[in-house]
Amino acid sequence: MGILEVKGVGKRFGGLAALSDVTLSVEENSVHAIIGPNGAGKSTLLNCLVGKLIPDTGSVMFDGQSVLGRKPHEINQMGISRVFQTPEIFGDLTVLENIMIPCFAKRDGAFRMHAFEQFSHEKELIEKSEHILEDVNMADKKDMHAASMSRGDKRRLEMAMCLVQDPKLLLLDEPTAGMARADTNNTIDLLKEINEKRKITMAIIEHDMHVVFSLAQRITVLAQGTPLVEDTPDNIKGNAKVQEAYLGESQN
Amino acid sequence: MLGLNAKDAGLFLLVTIMVILAPLILNPFPEGSELAQFNAGYPDLMQRFVIFGIFAIGFNILFGLTGYLSFGHAAFLGVGSYAAIWMMKLLTLNVIPAIIMAVIFAGLFALLVGFVSLRRSGIYFSILTLAFAQMSYALAYSVLTPLTGGETGLQIKSTDSPLLSNLANGEIGRANLFGLEMGSSFEWGVGNWLFTFNAGYYIAGIVMLMAFYMSIRIFRSPFGMMLRAVKSNQQRMNYTGLNSKPYTLAAFVISGMYAGLAGGLLVAMDTQVGPERMFWTASGEVVLMSILGGVGTLIGPVLGAGMIKYMENIISKINDNILHQWFAFLPDGMEDFVVFLIHPFIGKGWHLTLGLVFMAVVIFLPGGLVEGGQRIGRLFRRKKRDGAVGDAAKTPAE
Ligand SMILES: Nc1ncnc2c1ncn2[C@@H]1O[C@H](COP(=O)(O)OP(=O)(O)O)[C@@H](O)[C@H]1O
Ligand SMILES: [Mg+2]
Repeated sequence: MGILEVKGVGKRFGGLAALSDVTLSVEENSVHAIIGPNGAGKSTLLNCLVGKLIPDTGSVMFDGQSVLGRKPHEINQMGISRVFQTPEIFGDLTVLENIMIPCFAKRDGAFRMHAFEQFSHEKELIEKSEHILEDVNMADKKDMHAASMSRGDKRRLEMAMCLVQDPKLLLLDEPTAGMARADTNNTIDLLKEINEKRKITMAIIEHDMHVVFSLAQRITVLAQGTPLVEDTPDNIKGNAKVQEAYLGESQN
Repeated sequence: MLGLNAKDAGLFLLVTIMVILAPLILNPFPEGSELAQFNAGYPDLMQRFVIFGIFAIGFNILFGLTGYLSFGHAAFLGVGSYAAIWMMKLLTLNVIPAIIMAVIFAGLFALLVGFVSLRRSGIYFSILTLAFAQMSYALAYSVLTPLTGGETGLQIKSTDSPLLSNLANGEIGRANLFGLEMGSSFEWGVGNWLFTFNAGYYIAGIVMLMAFYMSIRIFRSPFGMMLRAVKSNQQRMNYTGLNSKPYTLAAFVISGMYAGLAGGLLVAMDTQVGPERMFWTASGEVVLMSILGGVGTLIGPVLGAGMIKYMENIISKINDNILHQWFAFLPDGMEDFVVFLIHPFIGKGWHLTLGLVFMAVVIFLPGGLVEGGQRIGRLFRRKKRDGAVGDAAKTPAE
C-alpha cells in the first residue's frame, strides 16, 4: 500500500474528459514522476489531490484516509503540500514572512487568534525559516518584497514554503520550468537531499527529462487523461508507447 | 516599550503627546481674531476627532489588512450607540457600562453580519454589508421605533431614572465617569487666547490611545500577518493549511467592536442617538477617512478622520459674509467675483471641497496623507544632506 492511492479517478470539464480511470500508487519515501504531453491532465490530477477539484468518480486515499470532500487547508494539515505550476506566493509580504506563514500553519493549525503575540518573539520559527532559506540559496533575500523577485526565485520560495512544513507528501507541478540550468541542477540536488535525508515522499510533474531521470524511482506516463504505463525509469526509457505519446506531441 | 519596537513606540508617543496637547495645538488663533473660526480646539470637535479616529482605526484593521471593503460599518457604530444609551437610561449614567455594552452588542452584530457577508468577496461582500447597514437603518428608523425612538432617536430625558444613579425628581441626568461629568471643562485664558480642557475629550482621548495601541499590536502580531496574507493570496493561504475564513471573520468582528466603541463614546459625550448615524453615507465616510489618511498604515485613518471632521465642522461654518470680510481689500467688482467663485465650496458646499481634496489625494498621493508626509520628510532630509555638502564645499574657500 502506498502513502497515496489514487483509484479510478475521472474528471470531466463539460464534454472534455480531462481524466478518466486514473489509478496510481505512490510509495512512501519515493519520488514518483508523472509525465505526459501538455493537456494530458497532469495538473488536473494534482488539483483532485489537494481539494481544488472534486473528481467525478474514483477515490483518493492518503495515509489511509480519504481526501475527497475535504477542504484544501484540511488536506494540507493531513500532510500534503503543493508547489503550483505558476508560483503561488504572498506577493505583498517579505520573503521571510512568506516562510513564516506555513511555519505557523504547521505549529498552530488552521486558525489561531494570536493577535497579541509578537512576531519578533517567534525566535524558533524565524530560525527555522532562515535555515530553509539558506537551503534554497535565498538567505540574502529574506527582507525582499516577494512580488519583486524573478520567476525562478518565486519558484524556489514556494518550494521553501512547502518544505518548511515537513510534509509527508510534496506535490510539485513543473518545479524547474523557467529556471536557468544552474538553478535546475541546484533544485535537483535539493530535492534529492530532501527525499533521502528527510524522507519526504514526492510526486513530481516535470517536462525536463533530465530532472525526471535524476530523481524519480517510479514514473507514470499520462496521455489524454489516462495512464499509459507506470514503471521504473529504465523501463520507461525503452517503452515504445511512451515514445509515441511524446512523438505525437512534438509533431503538433 | 510596551512590547513595541522603537519606531512604533516613537509613533505612539507622538500621538499621545498630540492628544494631550490638542486643546493648545488646535487653538492657534486668538479669540475674536478673523482667523479664530479656524480654531478646532473646542470640546465638541476634539471629541469627534478622537472618536471617529477610533472608528477609522478599527475599519482599517479590516480594510487595510484583509482588503475586505465593508460599506456598512456605520451599522455597528449605530448598534453601539443604541446599546449605550439604553444602559444610561436604565442602569447608570456612568459611561463605563454603556461603553462596554456598546462594544459587546456591536461585536455580536458584527459576528452575524460578517458570518453572512464573508461568504462572498470583492464587490459582492461590499454590497452585502451595505444591504445589512441599510436594513439596520430602516429598522431603527421605523420598524423598531419602541426600541430606537424612530426618526427622532433617543435622548436622556427627565423621566429617565437609571437604577444606580440617584437623581432628584425631574433632574436630567448627565453622563459621568464616577462623578466626573463629561461636559465639565477647565478653561485657561492666556492673553487673547482661550484654551478649553474638557473631561469628555480626555476620556475619549485615553480610550483612543488604548485603541490605537491595540491596533499597533495587532498589526505587528502573527495574526496581523495572517490578515495581510488574506489580502495577498487567499488561495496560497488555504493550500498552506490555514483556514482564511475565521481569520477574516475575526478581523471583521474586531473592527465592528471598534465601531461600537466609537458609537458608545459618541453617546457618552452627547447622550443622544438617531438613526442617521447608520445611514449609508456614514458608512461611506469611514471609507473616505481610511483612504484619505492612508489605507493599511497605522496613523493614516486617524489623520483622515481628523481631516474630514475638520472640514465638516470648520469649512461648513464659513459663509459669504466672512468671505466678503476676507476679500474686502479687493476692488468691489473683483471682490464679488472672487466670493462668487469660492461660494460653492463653503458652507453646505463643504462636501464639494472634500470631494476635490479626496480626488487630489487619490490621484497624486495614492498612499494618502501618510504618503504625503513621507514625501515631505524625504524632501526635507535630502535638502539637509545637500545643505551639508554645500557647507563642506564652502569651508575651504573661506
Ligand atoms: N478548470 C478547467 N475548466 C475547463 N477545462 C480545464 C480546466 N482545467 C483544465 N482543463 C482542461 O483539461 C485538460 C488537462 O489540463 P491540465 O491538467 O492542465 O494539463 P497538463 O497539466 O497535463 O498540461 C486541458 O485540455 C485543459 O484545457
Ligand atoms: Mg499543467
